[in-house]
Amino acid sequence: MSAGVDEQEQANPGVQRGPGNDLRLVSLSKQFGAFTAVNDLTLTVPAGSFFALLGPSGCGKTTTLRMVAGLEAPTAGDIFLGGQDVTRLRPYKRPVNTVFQNYALFPHLSVAENVAFGLKRRGRKKVDAEVARLLDLVELGDRGRRRPQELSGGQQQRVALARALINEPEVLLLDEPLGALDLKLRRQMQIELKRIQTEVGLTFVHVTHDQEEAMTMADTVAVMNAGVIEQMGPPGELYDNPATTFVANFLGQSNLVAGHVTRMRDDLVEVDVEGTTVLASRTRSHADSGAVWVGVRPEKVFLDSSGQTRDHGINVVRAGRICDVSYTGVSTQYLVRMPWGQELTVFEQNTGARELFRVGACVDLGWRAEHTFVLDAAQDAHAGVEYEDLGT
Amino acid sequence: MTATLVRAGRWVTGHLVMFVALLVLFYMFLPIMVVVLMSFDDTADVAYQFNGFTLANWSDPCSSYGMCDAVAKSLQIGLLATVGATLLGTLMAFAMARHHFRGRSIANVGIFLPMASPEIVMGSSLLALFVSAGFAGQLGFATILIAHIMFCLSFVVVAVKARLSGMDNGLEQAAMDLYANEWQTFWRVTFPLVFPGIVGAALLAFSLSFDDYIITNLVAGQSQTFPMYVWGVSRREIPPQINVIGTAMLLVSILVVVMAEVVRRGRNRA
Amino acid sequence: MTAPAPFPGGGGADDQQQPPPPRRSRTGYLLLLPGTLWLLLFFIVPLVTLVSTSLYDPAGTLETGYQLTFAFGNYVDAIDDYATEFTRSLLYGGLATLFALLLGYPLAYAIAFRAGRWKYVMLLLVIAPFFTSFLIRTLSWKMLLADQGVIVEVLRFLHILGDDGRLLATAPAVVLGLTYNFLPFMVLPLYASLDKIDVRLIEAAGDLYASPPQAFRRVTLPLSMPGVVAGTLLTFIPAAGDYINVELLGTPQQTMIGNRIQSLFGAGSYPAAAALSVTLMLLILAMVMLYIRRAGTDELL
Repeated sequence: MSAGVDEQEQANPGVQRGPGNDLRLVSLSKQFGAFTAVNDLTLTVPAGSFFALLGPSGCGKTTTLRMVAGLEAPTAGDIFLGGQDVTRLRPYKRPVNTVFQNYALFPHLSVAENVAFGLKRRGRKKVDAEVARLLDLVELGDRGRRRPQELSGGQQQRVALARALINEPEVLLLDEPLGALDLKLRRQMQIELKRIQTEVGLTFVHVTHDQEEAMTMADTVAVMNAGVIEQMGPPGELYDNPATTFVANFLGQSNLVAGHVTRMRDDLVEVDVEGTTVLASRTRSHADSGAVWVGVRPEKVFLDSSGQTRDHGINVVRAGRICDVSYTGVSTQYLVRMPWGQELTVFEQNTGARELFRVGACVDLGWRAEHTFVLDAAQDAHAGVEYEDLGT
Repeated sequence: MTATLVRAGRWVTGHLVMFVALLVLFYMFLPIMVVVLMSFDDTADVAYQFNGFTLANWSDPCSSYGMCDAVAKSLQIGLLATVGATLLGTLMAFAMARHHFRGRSIANVGIFLPMASPEIVMGSSLLALFVSAGFAGQLGFATILIAHIMFCLSFVVVAVKARLSGMDNGLEQAAMDLYANEWQTFWRVTFPLVFPGIVGAALLAFSLSFDDYIITNLVAGQSQTFPMYVWGVSRREIPPQINVIGTAMLLVSILVVVMAEVVRRGRNRA
Repeated sequence: MTAPAPFPGGGGADDQQQPPPPRRSRTGYLLLLPGTLWLLLFFIVPLVTLVSTSLYDPAGTLETGYQLTFAFGNYVDAIDDYATEFTRSLLYGGLATLFALLLGYPLAYAIAFRAGRWKYVMLLLVIAPFFTSFLIRTLSWKMLLADQGVIVEVLRFLHILGDDGRLLATAPAVVLGLTYNFLPFMVLPLYASLDKIDVRLIEAAGDLYASPPQAFRRVTLPLSMPGVVAGTLLTFIPAAGDYINVELLGTPQQTMIGNRIQSLFGAGSYPAAAALSVTLMLLILAMVMLYIRRAGTDELL
């Protein structure tokens, strides 16, 4: 997708701009033999932002990160940091540091020596105070003399973070830094990372395949697939207004139903879905004629027993039959079989206001027009689905 | 009753492997026990039997004529061959594990071949070379050293390469990311991590060199190493002093390994 | 001795998506150069010289000099005269390898899976014999196997040996010596490849209804094949070329080809000795190739 500079700036009106130290990738490509890992990628990461590159494994996100770090040479294109072209600089000449996926802590050095490594290489003699400050920042003040392998996974991750942060890089690259941690620790570290980023105000570029992680932490998320960026923007906007089926499926879950556009109104699009007219707002329509996918997120759908009348502005499809109920505590997930054979997913909060539906119950599905999005039917409705299951 | 039998049976099968392993270890150590025992034997004899206990061999091992000269020569050759083979072999291991080049598979075969050649073939071909090059009269220290570096080399390459390829090269990338240039990356990260492998390879090279008889014998000319000395006396009266050397070598090597382990653990604690 | 022979391509293909980026530069060649030169000069060139020596006129001596007359007859003579010794070398070497495998596998297995915190002590014990001279240890066997020795006495008592039966100076003694001397070369590669096996794989086999023997046969053994191949080669090759064990523990009736090569060189019959040497090398190479092909581990070379 043409995630150009202009679009990006619009998407991030709130980000404070540094003195021109944005990270800019221009037409960046990387080939491994016949395989194109990154394909003509152009994007700008504004200084001071928390930017997430989100995508399934093999989508080229790690390769992009490694090119920024200087660990991989691009086949074509340029990388600018501030005004400077850093494309051909050796990794140790770049004001960029990385938190590696497996942390890559030096096993023969103590935690403090690991943290001091970068400063020492740049000729700093007195580093103890700085090392102590950083270790305190990541709450490992008392572990400086230990060896990295004696620490737990979460602690190692924090050492890796301190080791990178101490250099005050212009850009901090995070390569799936939380991938090796268990769920609870990961949540904790997500909050921690976000806190540190706000505190130190550096540019963070975070690579991950975990959509929840990307959405929780980042100001801007770029969804990457097969070497190109599918869509980029603030997490909420990507979620509510996906531009492609891949984004709709990879970022959360979506119900996509085939339909065709029957009429365009001022700010609404009318789509015929299996004989029912469904309305969508034009700002969320990415196709305006012919065959389309009509999409709605499962938690935006209300269920009602068949035959109840609804307000205006609500899309209703009738005569579904509940074929599966999974109770998850916070919410209940229903699988509803529609008359045309498709199964749709509906999430309902367990507010206790109403009894749960049983399997076999006949229901109508309703949702608001502004929660409807319309996508070009030329795309695969299942793009990005299987990857979501791999995540976490 | 049957339950007990079944349990006993299970215990036996569960520990059977260990039991067999200990028997095999016993088999490996049986002759070494003899070596230690014979180092206290008081008479040299053809039949090689334990005659009586004495400490004389230990207090004056050089009393066996010519033995200590041979040991000294073996030590000299062993040390020089170790240095040479470790140096050349480590460089080769780095090239093999960390660099791309044409002819990689040929290099691999070339390194494997000396290990796959019987010593008698290597020795005789070196002798054939030295003789046809007109060095038949100058066989000695230099030719032994050349041969020893040659046959130790492959083992060093294999040992160091194993260590290198077991090493995550992400660590080197991390160092580069943290402002270490190639030179600093090598000395600060790569080398310290490979060092134990290099030490192991050097120990192996030394033991191979110190112990070699077949190749050495072919290219030694008039020089005599310790194994050649042992060979020479093995058909005559066998002086018990050779067992002092054998035992001492064993003790020193175990001491080195144990010390290395203590240092390693100590460093990890600190 | 930390790895089972050289397995090429150990560059660490751990990165899932991209191949690691080893530097493609001159440095590689420069690092390789000194060692390669050494091997070329003192291993390859000598082998070539050996082949040409084997084709010299057999009438030459050290004093009169040798002439390259392409005397292929040397080979015919070598095989004619020493066929028994060749057969014996391969037989003894093969037997020693088989016994070393049978003894070494349980030991390596126990170290890898059963030794717990004694692992490194046991490994040290396997390596320790390396540091007591090969010859001295073989001499010890001479004492242990002697006619008045404990082992012979016990075997006679058990009627495994006849009343005047003996061990020393027999073929079994030679094979025992060979097995003993090259056992560590079997155990270490076996251990290296067994140690790499994830115990969970064996547990998974058990979970999938494999009895312990089946799990061993279907999972452990196939996964340890690289170690078996490397170990058998590292044992067979030196064992087949050895002459020390025959000399110290056997008699002229057990003469192996190594003894002949050694004594011919000693007597200055270089062409004949060289022809024997080359033949031995070719025989061993042929057997190794055949074996590797059968074992299906071509990546070894």
